[in-house]
Amino acid sequence: MEFERKAPEKEIVADRLKHSGEFVKPLTDDELNRQAARCMDCGIPFCHSGCPLGNVIPEFNDAVYKGKWEEAYEILSSTNNFPEFTGRICPAPCESACVLGINRSPVSIEEIEKHIAEIAYKKGYAKARPVLISSGKSVAIVGSGPAGLAAAAQLSKAGHQVTVFERDDKPGGLLRYGIPDFKLDKWVIDRKIRIMEEEGVNFICNTEVGKDVTAKDLNAFDAVVLAGGSTIPRDLPIPGRDAKGVHFAMDFLKQQNKRVGNSTFDDEDILATNKHVVVIGGGDTGSDCVGTSNRHGAKSVTQFELMFQPPVSRTEAMPWPTYPMLLKTTTSHEEGCERYWSVNTKEFIADENGKLKALKVVDLEWEKDKLGRPVKFTEIEGSEREIPCELVLLAMGFLHPQHEGLLNQLGLEYDPRGNVKAQEGSYQTSADKIFVAGDMRRGQSLVVWAISEGRECARKVDEFLMGVSELETKDALPVV
Amino acid sequence: MNKLTQTEGLYRTEFEHDACGVGFVADVKGEKSHQQIVDALVMLENMEHRGACGCDPDSGDGAGIMFQIPHQFLWDECISLDILLKEPGHYGVGMAFLPKEEEAHARCRAIIEAAAIDRGFDFLGFREVPVNPEGIGVTALSVEPSIVQFFVDRPRDIKTTEDFERKLYVLRRLIVQEIKKTQQEIQEHFYVTSLSCQTIVYKGQLTTAQVRSYFTDLHDERVVSAFGLVHSRFSTNTFPSWKLAQPFRFVAHNGEINTLTGNLNWFYAGMESLVSPYFSEEEMEILLPVIDKGQSDSACLDNVAELLMHCGRSLPHVMLMMVPEAWDGNTQMDPIKKAFYEFHATLVEPWDGPAALCFTNGKMIGAMLDRNGLRPLRYSITSDDRVVVASETGALPLNEELVIKKGRLQPGKIFLIDMEKGEISSDETVKAELANKQPYADWLDQYKIRLDDLAEPRVTFTYLAKESVFRYQQTFGYSREDIQDILIPMALEGKEPIGAMGTDVPLAVLSNQAQHLSSYFKQYFAQVTNPPIDPIRERLVMSLATFIGNGGNIVDENKMHCHCVALEHPVLTSKELEKLRSIDTGVFQAKTLQTYFRADETPGALEDGLTRLCRYAEDAVKDGFEVIILSDRAIDSQHAAIPSLLAVSAVHHHLIKTGHRGSVGLVVEAGDVWEVHHFACLLAFGATAINPYLALASIRTLREQETIDTDLKWADLKKNYVKSICAGLLKIFSKMGISTLQSYHGAQIFEILGINKEVVDRYFCGAVSRIGGLGLDEIAKEVLIKHRRGFTSSRSKSHLLPEGGLYSWRRRGESHLFNPETVHLLQKACRTNDYETYKAYSATISQQSDKYYTLRNILEFAYHRPAVPLEEVEPIESIMKRFATGAMSFGSISHEAHSTLAIAMNRIGGKSNTGEGGEDEIRYEKLENGDSMRSAIKQIASARFGVTSHYLSQADELQIKMAQGAKPGEGGQLPGHKVDDWIAKVRHSTPGVGLISPPPHHDIYSIEDLKQLIFDLKNANRAARINVKLVSKAGVGTIAAGVAKAHADVILIAGYDGGTGASPISSIKHAGLPWELGLAEAHQTLVKNRLRSRVVLQADGQMKTAKDIAIATLLGAEEWGVATAALVAGGCIMMRKCHLNTCPVGVATQDPELRKLFTGQPDHIVNLFQFIAEELREIMASLGFRTINEMVGKAQFLKRKEEISHWKIDRLDLSDVLYVAHDADPKALYNTEVQDHEMDSILDWELLKQAQSSLESKTPVFGTFDLKNTDRTIGTLLSNEVSKVYGSEGLPDNTINYKFTGYAGQSFGAFAAKGLSFELEGEANDYVGKGLSGAQLAIYPRKESVYNASENIIIGNVALYGATSGRLFVRGQAGERFAVRNSGATAVVEGLGDHGCEYMTGGRVLVLGETGRNFAAGMSGGIAWIYDVSGTFHERCNGEMVDLEKLDTQDETEIISLLKKHIHLTGSDLATHLLDHWQDVKPFFIKVFPREYKQVLLAKSLVNN
Repeated sequence: MEFERKAPEKEIVADRLKHSGEFVKPLTDDELNRQAARCMDCGIPFCHSGCPLGNVIPEFNDAVYKGKWEEAYEILSSTNNFPEFTGRICPAPCESACVLGINRSPVSIEEIEKHIAEIAYKKGYAKARPVLISSGKSVAIVGSGPAGLAAAAQLSKAGHQVTVFERDDKPGGLLRYGIPDFKLDKWVIDRKIRIMEEEGVNFICNTEVGKDVTAKDLNAFDAVVLAGGSTIPRDLPIPGRDAKGVHFAMDFLKQQNKRVGNSTFDDEDILATNKHVVVIGGGDTGSDCVGTSNRHGAKSVTQFELMFQPPVSRTEAMPWPTYPMLLKTTTSHEEGCERYWSVNTKEFIADENGKLKALKVVDLEWEKDKLGRPVKFTEIEGSEREIPCELVLLAMGFLHPQHEGLLNQLGLEYDPRGNVKAQEGSYQTSADKIFVAGDMRRGQSLVVWAISEGRECARKVDEFLMGVSELETKDALPVV
Repeated sequence: MNKLTQTEGLYRTEFEHDACGVGFVADVKGEKSHQQIVDALVMLENMEHRGACGCDPDSGDGAGIMFQIPHQFLWDECISLDILLKEPGHYGVGMAFLPKEEEAHARCRAIIEAAAIDRGFDFLGFREVPVNPEGIGVTALSVEPSIVQFFVDRPRDIKTTEDFERKLYVLRRLIVQEIKKTQQEIQEHFYVTSLSCQTIVYKGQLTTAQVRSYFTDLHDERVVSAFGLVHSRFSTNTFPSWKLAQPFRFVAHNGEINTLTGNLNWFYAGMESLVSPYFSEEEMEILLPVIDKGQSDSACLDNVAELLMHCGRSLPHVMLMMVPEAWDGNTQMDPIKKAFYEFHATLVEPWDGPAALCFTNGKMIGAMLDRNGLRPLRYSITSDDRVVVASETGALPLNEELVIKKGRLQPGKIFLIDMEKGEISSDETVKAELANKQPYADWLDQYKIRLDDLAEPRVTFTYLAKESVFRYQQTFGYSREDIQDILIPMALEGKEPIGAMGTDVPLAVLSNQAQHLSSYFKQYFAQVTNPPIDPIRERLVMSLATFIGNGGNIVDENKMHCHCVALEHPVLTSKELEKLRSIDTGVFQAKTLQTYFRADETPGALEDGLTRLCRYAEDAVKDGFEVIILSDRAIDSQHAAIPSLLAVSAVHHHLIKTGHRGSVGLVVEAGDVWEVHHFACLLAFGATAINPYLALASIRTLREQETIDTDLKWADLKKNYVKSICAGLLKIFSKMGISTLQSYHGAQIFEILGINKEVVDRYFCGAVSRIGGLGLDEIAKEVLIKHRRGFTSSRSKSHLLPEGGLYSWRRRGESHLFNPETVHLLQKACRTNDYETYKAYSATISQQSDKYYTLRNILEFAYHRPAVPLEEVEPIESIMKRFATGAMSFGSISHEAHSTLAIAMNRIGGKSNTGEGGEDEIRYEKLENGDSMRSAIKQIASARFGVTSHYLSQADELQIKMAQGAKPGEGGQLPGHKVDDWIAKVRHSTPGVGLISPPPHHDIYSIEDLKQLIFDLKNANRAARINVKLVSKAGVGTIAAGVAKAHADVILIAGYDGGTGASPISSIKHAGLPWELGLAEAHQTLVKNRLRSRVVLQADGQMKTAKDIAIATLLGAEEWGVATAALVAGGCIMMRKCHLNTCPVGVATQDPELRKLFTGQPDHIVNLFQFIAEELREIMASLGFRTINEMVGKAQFLKRKEEISHWKIDRLDLSDVLYVAHDADPKALYNTEVQDHEMDSILDWELLKQAQSSLESKTPVFGTFDLKNTDRTIGTLLSNEVSKVYGSEGLPDNTINYKFTGYAGQSFGAFAAKGLSFELEGEANDYVGKGLSGAQLAIYPRKESVYNASENIIIGNVALYGATSGRLFVRGQAGERFAVRNSGATAVVEGLGDHGCEYMTGGRVLVLGETGRNFAAGMSGGIAWIYDVSGTFHERCNGEMVDLEKLDTQDETEIISLLKKHIHLTGSDLATHLLDHWQDVKPFFIKVFPREYKQVLLAKSLVNN
């Protein structure tokens, strides 16, 4: 192996905290070429298998290595409508599966992907490609998150008239209001939305289907794709939950995104400025809360996680090429944060005004199996303590989509977890011509999964409307 | 009564092969004597070891003798029967096999008599030929015919012997036709062995010794002849058959005609136009079809030769026409002779394959070898006018004082004795005379059409525009892989791309993806019964020349025969095609036909298209066109292209059936032709030339779009592409042992896997297709799937071709058995020793509901008996002894990976395999913890790397690799940069110098050669089992039967899909068959032949789970090989980059840094085998088997999976695979007997006895022994004993000193160890000093001989093959392929044949005389010095890898010392002369110095200084 993995440079923490935008610098052409050259064009490209979209990674790496950007973009966009999103915010299961990762650092696939997309925009390859032949069919898509957008892009490509309903003021869903700008600048979304509009996708914002538009109104469309996401957050119903200063992470992040994006909002400001902030939940959303709090100018930021501290490298329980649950230190963590594991929150303690002043927590002892997987926990006696804080952000994931309103109006069946029921592979709900994709169907997941669901669902819708579909799908199609 | 045409199960009679010993004795002056008969029979008896016998040792495979009609004897015999014979030559004698049953016998007699009268002969009567059946085996006796002679008078109006013979020929054909017409039920038991006024044939299903005892006539002193021509047969089967014995009426053949199907088709194709002044139309009717069905290749050759001869050509003329020497590309050949060959090439294609032919018409007798000269023929001429020709020298001991010449037939050479004139004619004389009979060169000059001379095209097809290229690519099924991995490498490098790790994608017929039609066609390849050829190093015998046009009437000689277009190769560029399309010479025009069918999915559309195409083609021929161009360019949305392979084969066979094929050339202009396999299929099924317009346009477009990054121009890329196709074609021909395109053309050497009988019988007539499959509508469906990609008005048009996914796994591409999931599960299971995870892996592999990869995937178990408790099933420990890992060489994989496998296998009692790269001696020592890195199986492959006496002695099993699954029939190459110090040491070569593995074993050109090698190896280590590795193909069962008869202990049937190293990707994918078919066929055929109990059957190829193993067992295997899965357990992640030395997990690499990354542990591999064995036990219990042995071959416990519903798979019929071969004796179904290796009375026991003191105390011993040609493999067993005690060190030089006198049989001094010093006064046959391991051999003629030793042949072919050390001194000349793959021995010889020092990698060879052609081909190391007194050596040397230099002082010193030694050991006059005149002769010495070797030596000396 001639070259080593090289991460792109980042702005120093002090500087990047001063603004809310992206801070990762692009790689030089030479460096990019070297990074792509690290790809070994494996007989079994586990990366390609590890990618929920089925990105044909060895082929675009080869094209990048040879400097064939248009070809690289063609290959990449044949499996992924939004490489500019996934190139920035995907946890990159492909890299976990990279064969180089067995005994070296994997190829920087995500970075390469981002560059392919950005260079494609720069060189004009990424542009609207309106279809000439219209199918004469119309499709409504409810929700403009990654699943909805992917379905819209694909269905539009198949010649259908696509209308996307978004209850917020701008399209993008979680991409726009869930992910902070420092990870995904919003112009990146706007740029793509513009192209989709040029291709003929009709976005109707500020319109909640089930409220502003009724379920019946959807009958006007030949098919409907529900892509509203998994929006009901997991709560922490412990004493003091109603203390002021306890918020769901998504409320906090969304406000910040609107603030940065010059949108207005009616709710009271949730700000971390000059506060001791505690983030409960050790995942990516939690990390986003950490980064945002630091940008607000929090006095301190602390993150608690119920689970024990994950290992720094693979264990027998998580061998290559599986996605390992390892200790992950994000750029937000680098910016200042104390992290604790095996901590359970017992109570929110409010002051006399009902304002949060502290948190009662207790340390846990985890019992593990021989492979190191958690079995059960017990509280460590005497470890109970209070942590002073004024703002708590709950980032413990999401339960299921919102039932009230549209879903209940449509009378759809749910799965045991409360998600809209539809088989993976068919995407058809219990109601005629109504399809579902993304987190609304599979439960909370990654953006790549949402895009994948949107694409695969689009193909099924196309088949439903036209009998056959020529839209790409990520798996081989049997010849019948 | 046994029937011959048994076709139960997978066995087919047409798969049979034979090979043999052959020879004759003759009196040059035509003097007749009984002694000739006696001598011929002695010769026959001394070639017994070249024949074989089956399950019943007293039933031979057939033997016989042909001689002149013994007039006095017959006259006397007949008079007592009231038959009055006229003077000699005025009556014809028929010799016939008739049924024994009285009534049938009488009917046959009546038919013979009636036919004779019908043809205007006086019928004189019958004579029963007296026979003595005593000692004849029961098998032979079960079908023993009643043998009669019959006599007819020469009609008065017949004036000459030739005319009389013609009439007798017609009579014989009439008799055969009448029997066939009216006596169908007995025709198998009727046969006319000969009917002539000059010669007679006595033969039968006899052993060589039985000929004499069975036919009492032969004892009679009155039976006199000027010659006796004999033949002994080694057949791959043991079914009783008397008529397959040889000689035939004119020819006795040792070898095999590989191209038979094509030769027959071409013969039939021209049959309509057969017109000869020598036969009336009525007579011609009787003669047709000339060749009878169901005969051997040799018999067919005899039939055609007979016709051509009776139509006016002389016998030598006919032989040279049918079996020409390599003329194309031979720049030194006399132009007149070349014209003779070229002219005849326009008329008839070579009957190609190894052939040593002896032939006679009663007046002339002769012998010849085919262009490759792969069968030995030695001759002696005596001063009393006798000539002895035989496969072996010494087969007829001669009075050496009378011998004036000892020679051998050389490749492509003929040797003729005209007994009427009393002359021997040399090759030059015979050929010069024939070549000058007609002005062939003038004819060619005048009438032959050259493409370059043709006018510019009158009209041209539209240039395929850039936009259309993409659409056409989609329509014809191109994938991104086809562009990236096939076209671009070919265009850039002019070479075929390389892949690795076998193939694990579904068979075409099981795939969910639309297939290219050629993917259903699997390439045949040579193994055992004939050798593959090296198309690179032996390029001189290969030819791609072809002719387009009217073949004409082959019995006639007409200058217009050569009025056809001559091509150097069959690939036409688009411009060349346009020229051809526009051709008009006045008599020669071309017609283009469109190959389309309606694309509307109506059933029968493709059939209609084909019917129309055939009709148009027939019309075109009738309208006088000489060329038909089948074009698929004019397709559109409503009209799809007929797959070119189907179109061309349909037209080809239609024209054959209608008798028009001979009059026209078929040119294909097709978009679905891009890889070499596509070309090969088209040529084999009838295309004469091919224009791959879309492949060429694709390359052009890639260049224009700069997708190919290169400075090369489009013209260069095109040239490279065509070059790589041509090289690929030569490789495909050569792997079948075929040398010329003309012979390959129409030869149909493919097995079809997955197309139904109706389609095959109608459009691919005569091809083998054994499991059914697609019909025309399904074929059309696959075409239309692709057609739609190009022609639908897509709403969502993709800009990319499909990914492909054949060579690398792709999610949207073809599915693979080893994929991310299965690799992960298997590695996890083995590393964590978790049986549950293994079960998840095995379930994923075996039970995918919608994916089928292999034939076994569509099988499931049929439960016929109650399950047994698991604990009653034999334990895993005993099951694991039956496992072996694959043959992977140290060199292809790292030491770490190799030794880990070995340790694991030794721990479980299974066997690991060295592969072909030798084994380091350090691995013979046990490790401290008791583990052993010694591989139980030592492989003997074609390159013989590191194969020494010691290596062989260190084995539990010796495996002869006849072929390997990934690239059967091909050789290999280890590039110099991979040969590090360690590998070089183990392989006995030079670090940094590349190593070539030849395609064939140069000591196995036929089944009797394999028998010899098995005997050699058994001598080299009698405790080891001898394993012969074969690759599955149609007919592997009959080969396996032959191998069992050759005394192998184990036969391995490998699947086509296995393979762990690098191979050309077309070979990985397209050559060979699944093991299910080969194994089932082998088991069925062995049981049927009652040979199964003598051998262990082993199977391998993508064995991944216990279900695979269980199915293999039920189909007949009692042992199994698992290679890829074991590697994966050890860390392999299927990079498929084994050839690049970049393996990231340290498995297939020699890079020291990468090797450190190997993390596999023996335990991981042990776990794998324990899991498989445990799972196998569960399956056994559920099926009700307690032991493996009772399970072997019980195919009734398998059935087709019932739940499969798939439009392709539904049409497969596996009932032949599941056919159960029965034998009343349960012990006859698996290995229960030990082979008799016939070693009890070999001479080596005596050699060993006398050497006891040396073995014990290194005391020198001396001994003398007499030898005859049946004393084979001298010194090998003795060397084994030396190696056992002294290892590779051996004994001190000259410890065991033996002198031999006489004729040494084959393999004199094979694998002879250091310390042995052998002296042979006399002569030796083939393989002298094969694998020489340190001994010294000296050979010189008998003291009493009078000929000049340096001008005569003293030793046979392939001496010193694979020698690693030692010395050989030969006073006299050697045959072909001297010192092939020598890596360390030193030799002095006084002349040698073709291909000397081929592939040599080390050692020294001093040649004191002429060499043959192609000296030093592929020679990468060592040094040769040639005494080139004629100054022409450079013309015969292959300069590709060597430089010719003058001697330096060190050379001089070495040569002088060798000369002295040579004189001392052999008394050479020549050497004495040279030494005496050293300063005068020195300038004539040339040093042959391999370039790569020179550089390495130079670099080394720089380092040392």
